[in-house]
Amino acid sequence: MLAYLIRRLFAAAVMLVVIIVVVFGIFFLVPKWAGVDVATSFVGKQADPAAVEAVAQKLKLDEPIIVQVWEFFKGLFVGRTYAGGGDVTQCSAPCFGYSFRSEQAIWPVLTDRFPVTLALALGAAVLWLIFGVAAGVLSALKRGSIWDRGAMVVALGGVSLPIYFTGLLSLAIFSYGLGWIDAQYVPLEDSFTGWLGGMILPWITLAFLYAAMYARITRATMLEILGEDYIRTARAKGLKEQTVIGKHAMRSTMTPILTMLGMDLGALIGGAILTETTFSLPGLGQAVLQAIKNQDLPIILGVTLITSLAVLLANLLVDVLYAVIDPRVRLA
Amino acid sequence: MTELSKTGAAVGEPVSGSPAPTAFLEVRDLKVHFPTDDGLVKSVDGLSFTLEKGKTLGIVGESGSGKSVTSLGIMGLHTAGQYGKRKAQISGEIWLDGTELLSADPDHVRKLRGREMAMIFQDPLSALHPYYTIGQQIVEAYRIHHDVDKKTAKRRAVEMLDRVGIPQPDKRVDNYPHEFSGGMRQRAMIAMSLVNNPELLIADEPTTALDVTVQAQILDLIRDLQKEFGSAVIIITHDLGVVAELSDDILVMYGGRCVERGPAEKVFYEPRHPYTWGLLGSMPRLDRDQQERLIPVKGSPPSLINIPSGCAFNPRCPYADLPKDNVTRTVRPELTEVGSKHWAACHMTQEQRQRIWTEEIAPKL
Amino acid sequence: MTTQRTSGRRKQAMAAAAVVAALLTTAACGGGGNDNEGSKDGAAGFNAANNKVAQASLAKKGGTLKFAGAQDADSWDTTRGYYGFMWNFARYYSRQLVTNKTEPGAAGAEITPDLATSTAKISPDGKTYTYTLRDGITWEDGKPITSKDIKYGIERVWAQDVLSGGPVYLKDMLDPKGEYQGPYKDKSADKLGLKAIETPDDKTIVFKLPQANSDFEEVLALVSASPVRQDKDTKSKYGLRPFSSGPYKFESYDPGKSLTLVRNTEWKQDSDPVRKAYPDKITVNFFTNANDLDQRLIKGDFHLDINQTGMSPQGRTAALKQHKGNLDNPVSGYIRYAVFPQSVKPFDNIECRKAVIYGADHVSLQTARGGPVAGGDIGTNMLPPSVPGAEGQKYDPYELAGADKNGNVAKAKEALKACGQPNGFKTTIAVRNNKPAEVATAESLQASLKKVGITADIEQYDGSQTTGIIGSPANVKKKGFGIIIMGWGPDFPTVQGFGLPLWDSKYILDSGNSNYALINDKAIDGLFDSYVKELDDAKKTQIATDINHKVMEGGYYLPFVFEKFINWRSSDLANVYTTDGYSGMYDFINLGLKSPK
Repeated sequence: MLAYLIRRLFAAAVMLVVIIVVVFGIFFLVPKWAGVDVATSFVGKQADPAAVEAVAQKLKLDEPIIVQVWEFFKGLFVGRTYAGGGDVTQCSAPCFGYSFRSEQAIWPVLTDRFPVTLALALGAAVLWLIFGVAAGVLSALKRGSIWDRGAMVVALGGVSLPIYFTGLLSLAIFSYGLGWIDAQYVPLEDSFTGWLGGMILPWITLAFLYAAMYARITRATMLEILGEDYIRTARAKGLKEQTVIGKHAMRSTMTPILTMLGMDLGALIGGAILTETTFSLPGLGQAVLQAIKNQDLPIILGVTLITSLAVLLANLLVDVLYAVIDPRVRLA
Repeated sequence: MTELSKTGAAVGEPVSGSPAPTAFLEVRDLKVHFPTDDGLVKSVDGLSFTLEKGKTLGIVGESGSGKSVTSLGIMGLHTAGQYGKRKAQISGEIWLDGTELLSADPDHVRKLRGREMAMIFQDPLSALHPYYTIGQQIVEAYRIHHDVDKKTAKRRAVEMLDRVGIPQPDKRVDNYPHEFSGGMRQRAMIAMSLVNNPELLIADEPTTALDVTVQAQILDLIRDLQKEFGSAVIIITHDLGVVAELSDDILVMYGGRCVERGPAEKVFYEPRHPYTWGLLGSMPRLDRDQQERLIPVKGSPPSLINIPSGCAFNPRCPYADLPKDNVTRTVRPELTEVGSKHWAACHMTQEQRQRIWTEEIAPKL
Repeated sequence: MTTQRTSGRRKQAMAAAAVVAALLTTAACGGGGNDNEGSKDGAAGFNAANNKVAQASLAKKGGTLKFAGAQDADSWDTTRGYYGFMWNFARYYSRQLVTNKTEPGAAGAEITPDLATSTAKISPDGKTYTYTLRDGITWEDGKPITSKDIKYGIERVWAQDVLSGGPVYLKDMLDPKGEYQGPYKDKSADKLGLKAIETPDDKTIVFKLPQANSDFEEVLALVSASPVRQDKDTKSKYGLRPFSSGPYKFESYDPGKSLTLVRNTEWKQDSDPVRKAYPDKITVNFFTNANDLDQRLIKGDFHLDINQTGMSPQGRTAALKQHKGNLDNPVSGYIRYAVFPQSVKPFDNIECRKAVIYGADHVSLQTARGGPVAGGDIGTNMLPPSVPGAEGQKYDPYELAGADKNGNVAKAKEALKACGQPNGFKTTIAVRNNKPAEVATAESLQASLKKVGITADIEQYDGSQTTGIIGSPANVKKKGFGIIIMGWGPDFPTVQGFGLPLWDSKYILDSGNSNYALINDKAIDGLFDSYVKELDDAKKTQIATDINHKVMEGGYYLPFVFEKFINWRSSDLANVYTTDGYSGMYDFINLGLKSPK
């Protein structure tokens, strides 16, 4: 188990370095090849030549590529100083870059917005796991029944309907229409109930989409598992049916669900752009959308890195959980 | 062939209808039918037998003959956990130690499962849960029926593993099924089945998935344990060699019905049904060359949806034309007594069958 | 210059504008009769604050004025901001020597003293501007605002390498040769090395222009002329926490999320003739979902939209139906138009340009922009109605809103014949791909030109690369962009603030060009030269009119609309009016609440 963990961690670390190099390359080198001036994009559309030059100097854009990547890596661990035009900007470690648009270091922006996205993703995940898995199990146990067919039609709807549709619909009904929920984000430290009110619709909207997918997977997996010999063995022992389903069948059913959860959470932590936009949640997704509008490359770069990191970590976590759930994996 | 020393006292008269179960296990006119899109699958279609404590019954037949369906039917596993599917239709009576199981409260039957009656499955790898240790699975089986703490249950599990011949049972108890060899897995499976001292043990093809060398060890183990625990045992197999080792009585199934049954040595040495002859012919024998073996049973098992009229075996039977008036193809033969506690369902006359057996079949075996 | 002030919000609003245009028109007409019915729910009525003051007497001191927005400012640094709403909002925490009058409509574009005791004493040659500062003007820490603080604040415009983004008029007018290096590279001890500004004492400031410019005081009224105190200058990070000289100061700012201003207790009402400072607190919350934002305005969670670029199509539809009394439909100051680069044949010939102008269906173009309410009135000339000298639809030399509003094929064909292209010609329309309404106008134009025999291909280019693509005359010629779809609004409401970069031959640049038509007309250049020297307002207005006429007579432009939008005004807002000083936005600085909470 320990060896397995160490192996996975090592692989994750290597992946991270590769990701940083690749992402850095995409953002700094590809424009260069495409003939777009990076410094100009940093300064903005009304680029004054003096400003462009200053940015190029600050970012060391004239340096060889290797030096640029090295500077970025160094920034991550020891911080970095941007100097140009008589202005000195300190970006302390971990320095994910610096936005010359909003004049902010990226790392505080990320840490400020990360909790919102994390809360959104985790809250929604809890909901969709509970409802998706429950609906999937019930459907499997009542295969062919009205419930099963109904649930699967709803699930198909959930999978097909885009967030900006279900999100706007839920806002129109519960917030503007019935006025039950004031779906406006309030920081948790300000008011718990306010925060809950602001998060509940995004959670439900996001969870609806994912619950639909999870219900379908759970149903299919559960049906397959129920045909397994060891389920018959469990019954032959005289186990109550609840235990057969809840313990023996569920544990096996959880394996593919966990895999999916890892991927989905990882991707969501990188920013549920549509959900955050629809509900005006100040998370990473919203930050990246604003950054794209403002051509604020360092923010996009930072969020991309964080997303990659989140996906990586989520997968690592899944790998570990996998090993906990399925002892056979530990040998692999 | 090993010596058949046991006497088949367990096989009684064919029973019909009404009460008075005197045997430990008595199955009366058991029918298990499965509705499907293609039609009704009559997996078991009127099976009756009895079994006493301490005795072993071997149920023999090709795959699809209804052996396993019968065993699952006794265990009540056709009704438990059949979600949403079209339900199996089960009729007849199954009396276990004075209780009729088919009409009993399902929860009562559940409580009997694992305690009164236990089962060993064909493939121990797939029959054991891959995510739980052997110990956890045995402990669970024990604690369902015994109100003891986990420690006690685990001690019992170690004891059982030791009993079934697993070395270092106190260590192996924490291993997962995939860490066991095939034979060891089946020993563990047996340990799990016997952990509650069941009165009835059903072993469904217990050696099929195992190496030939291991098979014998497992059969020896089952026999020893039966002696020790005094349980009634049903061995289900397609391999007459297996039952020859263990059984007091043999029941041969074909197309969901019993075609011959009787004490083991009778069925072996005086078989009175052409299908049994075929089975004997297909037995692997170490003392003969492959070429010399009688070509077993031609053709394939019958469709359980459209069971041939008359004798279900008639399309494959080389002697189907011997009885007159084409009766083999129109009238279903009933079991008739052909010897002491020996029954067979065939339209041929006793004499015809005796002659064919002694003159044509036996010499080739 | 100001094309980039269009916020992301506008893009979204425009995205569906064409689709809902028909719907909107119906809704607008349906509700047409009850312009003043709003009173029952406290709303002042449709257009009640459009160029007039609504509920002036109802404003009470106190409360929290709540803004919502879809787009944060480009920067809150007075030197760096260029968005119109930022200039409007920056008056809460910054003061200038002079500023726009806090009056509705055209009066709001006039200049009034702020930190200065009066408007400038201008030397007869129009090159020297002298101001005396008021008493009692203070920074948020209580220290007095001096003439040196103002000079330093203006000098920051020179530090474009660090403080990019804002308007550079001050630099162009005071130091056209670019001799000064900016305060951060200033070798003098006090960093006040700019020669064009003199500060003989703390109360006096003198501007010495190398060349006269009659709009100089307009430029001083921009927030980029605000004072900045040297010891509080955090350079590139100043926009995160500007040091206040106005009635409010920054309490907290989280870029892209929220901004909170609270009272600057050191600010004294009697030192400020302009700002009333009604609310105790001002908050801004940013939303990413424009429709959500509008719904919250309607619901009453917020008082108004800080971006002031019109409601989203859905929000607009809902508001027009049920809350018409809360809406104003002001002119934005923007003109949406097509321009014909003379470098692309056959647009070197005025008759061919006229053929396009005559051939276009102006009603269809207006519909593509969003119709008369959300899009605006049909544009008939190139001077925005809010600019002095403008005549609006009264000046319509090509009868775009008159007899030929649906296009005149006969006249167009005649012009083609005169141009020597009787069978029409082929050309390309260049349009930004991120502005759906502009793409819609391009398609409308393409369709009507087909009827007169002009075949136009549409080329959609990356809207974020506008400057590089159409700002390069060489590229425009190479690509054969005979028609370019664009929009323009004034930085400050004069013909210079709007038209100089578009029409003066000095502004034909190899890169970053905005004189897309490549107008090189000595008469127009001459009019601008005399405009900047003219100090008499009436004469300036006349010159503005003349310039507009010259441009129209040249047939360089096909105007689509004098843009209008629909803005929300909470029923709880008092003393609310639109001002030409900020392109038809509400004047933020003197908004008050009726029932402060």
